[in-house]
Amino acid sequence: MSDTITIAPEKKQADTGNSNKMLFAMVGIGLMCALLIVLTYEGTKPIIAKNKAAALEQAIFKVLPGTVTTAGYYWDGNAFTPLNGTEAEGQRVYAGFSESGTLTGFALPAVGLGYAGEVRVLYGYDPAQEAIVGFYVLESKETPGLGDKIEKAPAFLANFGALSVAVGTGGNSLKNKIAYAKSGEKQNAWEVDGITGATISSKAVTEALSTSTAEWVPKLYEAKERFKPQTQSHE
Amino acid sequence: MFKQTLHISTSPHLKLGVSTDDIMRNVVWAMLPASAFAVYAFGLSVFLLLVTSVAAAILTEHLLCRWSGKESTVNDWSAAITGLLLGLTLPPAFPLWMAFVGSVIAIALGKFAFGGLGYNTFNPALVGRAVLQAAFPAAITTWHPAFLEGRFTDIASSTLALPFMEPTYDAVSGATPLSAFKFDGVAADSADLALGLVSGSAGETCALLIVLGGIYLIARNMMNWRIPVSILLTVYVLSGIMHWVDAEAYPSPVFMLFSGGLMLGAVFMATDMVASPLTAKGVVVYGVLIGLLVVVIRLWGGLPEGVMYAILLANAVSPHIDSALQNRVYGTVKKAKAT
Amino acid sequence: MNKHTDKPGFFAALEDSPSADTFLRGLWKDNPVFVQVLGMCPVLAVTNTAENALAMGLATAFVLLMSNVLVSSLRHFIPKQVRIASYILIIATFVTITDYAIMAISVELHKSLGAFISLIVVNCLILSRAEAFASKNTVGQSMLDALGMGVGFTFALLCLGVVREVLGNGSVFGFGLFPDTFQEWIVMILPAGGFFTLAIWLLLFNILKQKRATT
Repeated sequence: MSDTITIAPEKKQADTGNSNKMLFAMVGIGLMCALLIVLTYEGTKPIIAKNKAAALEQAIFKVLPGTVTTAGYYWDGNAFTPLNGTEAEGQRVYAGFSESGTLTGFALPAVGLGYAGEVRVLYGYDPAQEAIVGFYVLESKETPGLGDKIEKAPAFLANFGALSVAVGTGGNSLKNKIAYAKSGEKQNAWEVDGITGATISSKAVTEALSTSTAEWVPKLYEAKERFKPQTQSHE
Repeated sequence: MFKQTLHISTSPHLKLGVSTDDIMRNVVWAMLPASAFAVYAFGLSVFLLLVTSVAAAILTEHLLCRWSGKESTVNDWSAAITGLLLGLTLPPAFPLWMAFVGSVIAIALGKFAFGGLGYNTFNPALVGRAVLQAAFPAAITTWHPAFLEGRFTDIASSTLALPFMEPTYDAVSGATPLSAFKFDGVAADSADLALGLVSGSAGETCALLIVLGGIYLIARNMMNWRIPVSILLTVYVLSGIMHWVDAEAYPSPVFMLFSGGLMLGAVFMATDMVASPLTAKGVVVYGVLIGLLVVVIRLWGGLPEGVMYAILLANAVSPHIDSALQNRVYGTVKKAKAT
Repeated sequence: MNKHTDKPGFFAALEDSPSADTFLRGLWKDNPVFVQVLGMCPVLAVTNTAENALAMGLATAFVLLMSNVLVSSLRHFIPKQVRIASYILIIATFVTITDYAIMAISVELHKSLGAFISLIVVNCLILSRAEAFASKNTVGQSMLDALGMGVGFTFALLCLGVVREVLGNGSVFGFGLFPDTFQEWIVMILPAGGFFTLAIWLLLFNILKQKRATT
């Protein structure tokens, strides 16, 4: 390092002590930088938005088999209304439709507290089967090799092929909330078979699904007739 | 100029004739009952595991000494102890190639990188185990039941996993008492724990034989009794208080004492002469710290067992414990506090 | 610059020209990671795969190149008292541009690099080149210096990334090298593996340097 500093005799820096000049230099550089950033932002904004929407759509396709178009909705307190892009993620619901325009189900995000912070998942709920039909981990920091089995262990993912979330007789709660079972001890259709060695992570997923389905599934089940394919996909 | 090296040392100038080799050899004797029980309980797999880890440790030590142009130090038994300790802390059906890697890391990284015997900041065997735990978390938490039929003739399939390849496990797998308690709320029977009739790491299950080895070393004045006693007392008292507050959520102090690697750690690992403090007051502080960390990690941490990390952390602070508690040299004035 | 007579012919020939020397210094003799040990945050954090390492290295090299060029061309214009503030402003601008560009290229890549793209702004390598070199040299020289340092940084990151990916994933740039039953060394893709790998590379570099100094 020392030789790099002495590589050239130090050139006289621009005049000192002139505050106007300093101000001018800083403002000038600031403006130039602002211009560069704005240009890049404007140039990349549509591409980034497209990429993000595509990534989300891909995830929705994964959790709702047979889906070709999706539409975003949110719960405004009384009913599901189409998204306008400003709602909090926890309030969003994505409806999926098959090629023929029939409802394939709903994709919902859910969050649970795992071993190393939040585990964010997306799951697919099919009101026709009254079951969870798909599951995808959006984001997790679980330990590689142990906790991250929730993303790829076939036995664990098999839980979410048909996980029962039937609505109870009253219509505003589930017959059975999703519950955790030790690995290999699953007995009921609404239980999640855990992973040996990743107890905390698989419990986190179960907890996330259990809380989210208890809140959303009765509402969605009641309103399922009202979802119609939009002419174009959301956003 | 004066070229000759002068040897300057403080008193005492006359020392007992007990050499490092003597002590180390006796430590190996003291570990033998627990090792023998491990082989008896888990069979041929554990025998191979212990042989591999000891051989790898000795080999690494020898080669590193050769490579750095020093005289080989394998004869002082310390490498054998590191290898044996590491082997005892591993699950019974642990793949042999991983044990080999662990031993190499224990000696190369845990001991040699710091300057060899007498300079290691951390217990080398635990350094090896910590790296193995981070590298192969699945293999090191897959347990094998004890006292299987045919354990002396069959070798667990995971033991013989090819180097760098994932082990395949036999259908039978056990849970340690600690993980059974943490994740399922089932506490094992205390008598089973003390006698080693449970699953766990190869050498940690039979608490009584470990204590026996410890008593032998203490009787021969080759181990500082204050370290295990202060660790075990701290764990007993703290978990006793927690159990008294809420007997449902927290296990009994006897369960805490005899489950997991606490006995093995307190008797054979925390007592590493180099990595523990020197003063009588210091070792008590050190022991209490380990006990405290064990209880905290086990009861509130994400891991079922915390003895390894507790000892490593206490190893790290032991020089500071020493310097904080150093006796004032007679006749000197207490150092003024820096303002 | 002092000449090195102990270099092999190819390097010696290149180093005769001052520009080549400027470039090569960053690549090897003053390698930002292995010799100067600068910018450790991305070196340890995002070298868990070769792809991440390459992306991080290229992003840093780009920011380094652009900021060196701009700082050097504005060196007579920026008053001494506000130079650090100006440099940081320039660096931050290019970091932001890089951030958007990576997001536009791949959302997935942006996710795996995470906050470390934005943290290029505090990479001491970039500020140190602006302060120690670009502010005192011509645009051409600064460009060469940035290229050398940038390539040297990328090279070092790749060295770590390849080792960590091979052991931690059994692959290089996503291509599997071993049969499916390969046992991943999880520690290598955790931050701790970054420390181990860096330590081993530093050890190798120092042994190499010592050998060359003695022969």
